[in-house]
Amino acid sequence: MMKQKHRKKEPLFRISKNGFVPLYKAWAIRIGALLLALVVCAFIIYSITKLNPLKVYGTMFQGAFGTNKRMWVTIRDTMMLLCIGLGLAPAFKMRFWNIGAEGQVLVGGIASAACMIYLRGKMSATAVLPIMFVCSMLAGAIWGFIPGYFKAKYGTNETLFTLMMNYIAIQLTSYFVALWENPYGSNTVGIINSRDKFGWFPPIFGQMYGLNVIIVLVLVVLIYVYLNYTKQGFEISVVGDSENTARYCGIDVKRVIIRTMIISGAICGIAGFLAVAGAGHTISVSTAGGRGFTTIIVAWMAKFNSFVMVLFSSLLVFLEKGAMEIASRYQLSDYVSNMIIGIILFFILGSEFFINFKVRLRQRFTKDKSQ
Amino acid sequence: MRKEPYLEQNVAIRMVDITKRFADVVANNKINLEIRFGEILALLGENGSGKTTLMNMLSGIYMQDSGAIYVKGERITIKDPHDAYSLHIGMIHQHFKLVEVLTAAENIILGLNETRLIDLKNVREQVKKICDRYGFVVDPDKKVYDMSVSEKQTLEIVKVLYRGADILILDEPTAVLTPQETDKLFVVMRNMKAEGKSIVIITHKLHEVMEISDRVAVLRKGEYIGDVLTSQTDPQKLTDMMVGRSVTLNIDRPEPVNPKESLVVKNLGVKDINGVKKLENVSFTAYTGEILGIAGISGCGQKELLEAIAGLHKLEPGSSIMFYPRGNKEEGEDLAGQSPIDIKHKGVHLAFVPEDRLGMGLVGNMNIPDNIMLKCYDQGKSPFTNKKKPRQQAIEIIHDLEIVTPGLRTPIRRLSGGNVQKILVGREISSDPYLLMTAYAVRGLDINTSYTIYRLLNEQKKKGTAVIYVGEDLDVLLELCDRILVLCSGRVSGIVDGRTAKKEEVGLLMTHFKEETA
Repeated sequence: MMKQKHRKKEPLFRISKNGFVPLYKAWAIRIGALLLALVVCAFIIYSITKLNPLKVYGTMFQGAFGTNKRMWVTIRDTMMLLCIGLGLAPAFKMRFWNIGAEGQVLVGGIASAACMIYLRGKMSATAVLPIMFVCSMLAGAIWGFIPGYFKAKYGTNETLFTLMMNYIAIQLTSYFVALWENPYGSNTVGIINSRDKFGWFPPIFGQMYGLNVIIVLVLVVLIYVYLNYTKQGFEISVVGDSENTARYCGIDVKRVIIRTMIISGAICGIAGFLAVAGAGHTISVSTAGGRGFTTIIVAWMAKFNSFVMVLFSSLLVFLEKGAMEIASRYQLSDYVSNMIIGIILFFILGSEFFINFKVRLRQRFTKDKSQ
Repeated sequence: MRKEPYLEQNVAIRMVDITKRFADVVANNKINLEIRFGEILALLGENGSGKTTLMNMLSGIYMQDSGAIYVKGERITIKDPHDAYSLHIGMIHQHFKLVEVLTAAENIILGLNETRLIDLKNVREQVKKICDRYGFVVDPDKKVYDMSVSEKQTLEIVKVLYRGADILILDEPTAVLTPQETDKLFVVMRNMKAEGKSIVIITHKLHEVMEISDRVAVLRKGEYIGDVLTSQTDPQKLTDMMVGRSVTLNIDRPEPVNPKESLVVKNLGVKDINGVKKLENVSFTAYTGEILGIAGISGCGQKELLEAIAGLHKLEPGSSIMFYPRGNKEEGEDLAGQSPIDIKHKGVHLAFVPEDRLGMGLVGNMNIPDNIMLKCYDQGKSPFTNKKKPRQQAIEIIHDLEIVTPGLRTPIRRLSGGNVQKILVGREISSDPYLLMTAYAVRGLDINTSYTIYRLLNEQKKKGTAVIYVGEDLDVLLELCDRILVLCSGRVSGIVDGRTAKKEEVGLLMTHFKEETA
């Protein structure tokens, strides 16, 4: 009888799938999650540090946007993240797990740095930029082509393949760092062409990072149009959903895989160009700095919509900058700021669950009809 | 609420006001159903009418949103399949839930949470006992991957019985069986009934309902319509209940007009990736204005045959597929060795409704216009897709075939199987094909939709299209097709005239070679 009684109990929560959720409602849930995350963080900040949470948030904001320079650094880093995300979007939409953005960015960076070093004095500073652009794009494209080709031809696992390509790129970077070492013995390349700024992005509208913004925003539009309105974009969606369907309706699956990976790699290569010519003016193994992995979150959270990607990459960079600021301002360890980032991301990712599913509490039996 | 005491005694399961929603769709709306001891209840309904959903709530796959379930008079909650087993309810699903690499006996005890060491010898004995009692044949040591579909199904039933089920639910059990296998299944079902077990059978085939069931309960669009004793009804009445209006149950078969050779297949051979022969020495001719049926037990090469013609398989040397559009001898094309892209670019109007709708014919995550666009997206020189025409076409197909969809933007994986199939057939037919190949075009479809599809095929036939229809329901094949080609283990075991052939004759060809063709 015990078992029977136990059986009568309904589970506390009922989870069922949500149907079509209107856009405003989905965004209301997301923003609600963000606010909730801030409240939870406030409690944690107060209980650990006894600081006024509002003040801490204010500090975070200042860290990201406090001065003109900070704001532009935030924008610059957002553009970088966004650019890599745009590169990943076509591959992921094709369900090709390209986790090799890190390497594709690095080889793009190497190509740019090589142009800056070897072409100096051979042409004008304006002429070299397009060349650098093309070279880094090609380098990234090659880095994307290789795993794409092997996947298409031999069915290799692209996750492992692209991951391993990262290590090759890192080693390659180490080699070039040693080759271009400056000053001798520093084990770094140093700031390349710091005197004449050959191969550096020129300021646009008086802003040092203006060109970064323009290039990436143009890419945002291009990728959006490419994925949603072109025949090639359509092929990517079909291959991503079902290769058999693609074959059935006469799509050359192998060609689509290789082509898409070339595009994906090329855009990541452009990100390397931005990192070297438009931001760091140097090359090192940390030029990509783990962004190739961070952007996977950006691409997926935005569901490959490049305009939504702008939002998520801004959010991630804002959190990173803000957290760094509170860590240094209040002399907290990095872990506290990482905790805050973690909590906020947790809530935002978790909100997707509440958009896709309905949760109801257990209901009482109204009346037992059999009795 | 009925309270007749004698009735209550007889009732194994009573479902009261069961409602289940999936997102915006009400799959079951306040359904009341009772299952009695010692009866075979047929659960009948069109696609998406909620039969499987309702039964899944008994087997612990889903939980109802509201309503109550009483088993043997006691109110219970079934949270998971374990609860169902402990209530002696067992379900045999349409898609078998077996582990291929394990033996029959291992599959039977899988998931039983025995704390003791597994005593396979004991299991074997018990399995044998069950088999003897009801007339099953199961080899406990046979691996599942070596089993035929019918053996797998038997194993599923034995598995459920081993767990002590006395209420059995079979979800479309005959869909994958030959007529002979179906007869065997029915014998076993009658034996189980005689033992006092309750059996619920979900099926679309009315003649089976009439043959096996004691009582029929009908669902329509998630609502409970009512129940009747089988002895007091007939297929026509049941259909009317299911569809909600009168439907004629006759399939047209117009005489082929001026048939000309349209597709001449010679010595077709196909091997799968492992080098196993899937088709061997297949030769036949399909004529314009004719429906050529293809019969065979599942996995006998029907799928490969159509896919080979569509260019999706590598052919063995010596294969030839000559295609004459509209029977025109001068425009003959050899399709052998051509890829789907080549075939498309040749302008050969070939339409193909593959067996796997969402896995091959359509893209589940895309909406209807995009799925229509699949076939024609690369027309024109512009790098951009033209969504206007497919959209227009989608609206026409939705209207013509009465497709039920929340809107043009809904991804088609959210639609019911019948609607998905209509989109696929609609798209293929709208391309005005010279050759139309359909694989299991009506599998899992309800009567009404099935008849719509037969009508569409006949329309194509009258237009002079060569139609190839791979089917599993022999009754339909014999009613619809002009000729029937029977495949047995990848070879042609006979081609019979659809107007004169007997069901038994075809059934025999499906399993055996005739002496002269062997």
